[in-house]
Amino acid sequence: MLDFLPEIPLSKWISDFTDWLTDTFSFIFDPIKNQFGDFMEFFAEQLAAIPPIIVILIVAILAFFITGKKFGLAAFSVVGLWLIYNQGLWEQLMSTFALVLIASLLSVIIGVPVGILMSKSKIAETIITPILDFMQTMPAFVYLIPAVAFFSIGMVPGIFASLIFATPPTVRFTNLGIRQVSEELVEASEAFGSTGTQKLFKVELPMAKSTIMAGINQTVMLSLSMVVIASMIGAPGLGRDVLSALQRAQVGSGFVAGIGIVILAIIVDRFTQNLNKGKAD
Amino acid sequence: MPIIKVEGLSKVFGKNTKESLRLLDEGMKKEEILKQTGDTVGVNRASFEVEEGEVFVIMGLSGSGKSTLVRLINRLIEPTEGSVFVGGENLATMNKDDLRRVRREKLSMVFQRFALFPFRTILENAEFGLEIQGVEKEDRGKKAKEALELVGLGSYINQFPGQLSGGMQQRVGLARALANDPEVLLMDEAFSALDPLIRKDMQDELLDLQEKMQKTIVFITHDLDEALRIGDRIALMKDGSIVQIGTPEEILVNPANDYVEKFVEDVDRSKVLTAEHIMKRPETVNIEKHGPRVALERMREEGLSSIYVIDGKRNLKGYVTADDASEARKNEIRDLNQILKTDVPTVDRDKPMQEIFEIIHDTPVPVAVVENSKLQGIIVRGAVIAALAGESEVEADA
Repeated sequence: MLDFLPEIPLSKWISDFTDWLTDTFSFIFDPIKNQFGDFMEFFAEQLAAIPPIIVILIVAILAFFITGKKFGLAAFSVVGLWLIYNQGLWEQLMSTFALVLIASLLSVIIGVPVGILMSKSKIAETIITPILDFMQTMPAFVYLIPAVAFFSIGMVPGIFASLIFATPPTVRFTNLGIRQVSEELVEASEAFGSTGTQKLFKVELPMAKSTIMAGINQTVMLSLSMVVIASMIGAPGLGRDVLSALQRAQVGSGFVAGIGIVILAIIVDRFTQNLNKGKAD
Repeated sequence: MPIIKVEGLSKVFGKNTKESLRLLDEGMKKEEILKQTGDTVGVNRASFEVEEGEVFVIMGLSGSGKSTLVRLINRLIEPTEGSVFVGGENLATMNKDDLRRVRREKLSMVFQRFALFPFRTILENAEFGLEIQGVEKEDRGKKAKEALELVGLGSYINQFPGQLSGGMQQRVGLARALANDPEVLLMDEAFSALDPLIRKDMQDELLDLQEKMQKTIVFITHDLDEALRIGDRIALMKDGSIVQIGTPEEILVNPANDYVEKFVEDVDRSKVLTAEHIMKRPETVNIEKHGPRVALERMREEGLSSIYVIDGKRNLKGYVTADDASEARKNEIRDLNQILKTDVPTVDRDKPMQEIFEIIHDTPVPVAVVENSKLQGIIVRGAVIAALAGESEVEADA
């Protein structure tokens, strides 16, 4: 009774659409793949070229000041980063960090303006919300497939997949933060004759800042998890060690690389959280 | 020429505004319109004028449309119909750029819950309006500081709003509004969020400031006592319509309808009416010209037992009693100074009646109402009692 129609060739349509995108927009994808890929590799190499002891020291000093002159995070950073170095994973750590940094930055650069647009326009909110839901609930692995189609393998498709997966929290929290600004404050800025831009930059964004920062924190954590998954399509970094350990059933080295990711995650998380707190006071 | 002129101003919230306005024309009530069209009438055909330098109070209970009305004046809410003239320009029809200019230059607003920016210092808050206008940092800092000095917060400029008490926060709100040097100050329930004692202080301070600045103030409140204290004129609102406009006295003495009367009933007359309202024209003798003989003659004419003595400039000198005057005449005394009594009970023009009551209770002569030591009028016991009883035959023509 349910067979009143033959099977809809949904997967074929999507494949055809992706192929069409790949062919039609190759003039955009190719330069991104080549130039942006070169830049990423250069950036990761530069990071890896800094002597580890200097990186560890800088992170420790920043951690000390960013947490309000407390030693906890600084000590953890020193021990954790040294452990990663000790396990011979330093270069992978730097690759992963470079990927996370660039992916998060791009997410924020794209996410905040989209969030502002959503907060200002009911129509934009109605259209964008289901897209965000789709982006977040689709299993993350699925994005790897078109990413490879567009950008082949390496760092660039990893960042692309991470963008799709990790941008939504920044968009949502920016929208939420601006919509939560109290009606009276918005009225106050209008009553004094603010233009829309003045209202946004002098009242709404500063008021929404801590909410937006919470969204950015989520985005950074999600892009870290995606960057690890992206090792499946050839993104370098700690994820690749996990993947190869998985393929060879090497419990020990798998966990060691995993612990490296955890250490990086904790440091990145505490940094972004404390940035938020420090300014909110 | 009035600085604000509001004509037939209406606001209907909803989708069928035209239909609702038509029904309003037919005299339909707010609830009936809500039932029929689903629209809420915020303000219904409000018309009034505010003169320059006047404190105009719009008062009504919650839901009466007073907050909507004040937001229609600076068009934070778009009017459905009618016009708002500020300094001759109609805000209701002007474009966004002009509206912004008028808001920047002519209108400032003070909000019920202060609406200060928590991430800005007190000084930066006070600077806000000028910053929006693009005034140079140094210049706007100077003006903002002056405004903060004016409200007594000169030493708090580097604090944040969260560090200040409610009363102080609202002073910042006031300073922010004044820093622009606007022509009109819109105050939306500005003191309602403060506790009663601080509210009274703020009212006094606003009146003091107003004496110096002579701004035009449109003040919204739900508190009749507050309205009577600070308003030069009061507009009473109910269900979106203005039901009466008048001076505090007019509203107290001649309530336009049952609604106003009900409101006014609760007011303690002894707090509202002051010496000025119940004083009478005094009979006097001039110490420079008259002697005991004239004083006695006047007292006999008017049927008094004592009479006030003034000098050529109406300065109050004291009083003489009929007994002393007649004694002096027998003894051939010509100078009133010799029988002058100076233990005069005096009050200021704006002394509340409640306090006069205590004074008048233990004095044998009428109470003298003075202003800058000049005699303005006298108050006899009967007038106080009559006023307390709510009789309207108060004489203010001293």
